[in-house]
Amino acid sequence: MKIKLDTSGMGQSKWYEYLLRFLFGGAVTAVAGIIAKRFGPEIGGLFLAFPAILPASATLIEKHEKQKKERASQTGVVRGKLAAGVDSMGASMGALGLAVFALIVWQKLPDSRTGMVLAVASLAWFITAVSVWKVREILWRRIRKSSFFASNPGSGASLLRKAPKGRTHE
Amino acid sequence: VDVKEILLRVIVGGIVVSAFAMLGDLLKPKSFAGLFGAAPSVALATLVLTVMKEGKAYASTEARSMILGAFAFVVYGCWVGRLLIRRRTPVLTTTSVAFVVWFVCAFGLWFAWIR
Repeated sequence: MKIKLDTSGMGQSKWYEYLLRFLFGGAVTAVAGIIAKRFGPEIGGLFLAFPAILPASATLIEKHEKQKKERASQTGVVRGKLAAGVDSMGASMGALGLAVFALIVWQKLPDSRTGMVLAVASLAWFITAVSVWKVREILWRRIRKSSFFASNPGSGASLLRKAPKGRTHE
Repeated sequence: VDVKEILLRVIVGGIVVSAFAMLGDLLKPKSFAGLFGAAPSVALATLVLTVMKEGKAYASTEARSMILGAFAFVVYGCWVGRLLIRRRTPVLTTTSVAFVVWFVCAFGLWFAWIR
């Protein structure tokens, strides 16, 4: 599957959806700081990888997919849930990169320049997340070719496979 | 934590999280865009402010715990994805209730490794 930049999604989001994400992100950052102050950095650090923004993102994805399908006179409920599910799976791959990010910061921050460490750690997050995603795509393609899903027509995976233009499994 | 610091965290965190979320909106396919749902946005905002206020050693300790939080996030994301794809449960309920999974994993790992 080719990675694309698609600006058509920008018009779908309303101003309050952006505001919601801003508030969620800001709230988690503030709460992480308060927890670190109250319980120490060992507990506070856990919340630097808290998936607080995911419910908001997944709900918006579901809503947009539903609207898209309803405009095309199709039921969008299932499609919306599948899209949100695929997004969550993607986030879990990104979270592996988050672990690498944290590992680099933990090991290198005390003896190096902060800006440099955060830049290298962010790059490592990106490389790890994309690599895991790529490996998963290759494996997924192989699984799809196997006979397993052909004998499980009701599975979510086979529904994704049957999607129009092959776009649902994204 | 004083009010000024909380406000600063809200603004910086909100901007960084929104920027990564908007980047995710622009990307296709969806599983790839999903990677940005686990971008180090909160971490970047927090760590910069923490280094300025508390120093590098404090921020480094936070990062060590963050590794465990990230592994808990992996479990959380897989759990949510599986429920939504296989069982087609309600999105907001699933993603919110599954926070319990994150808490159990994160604090379980913390008790096992750090405490």
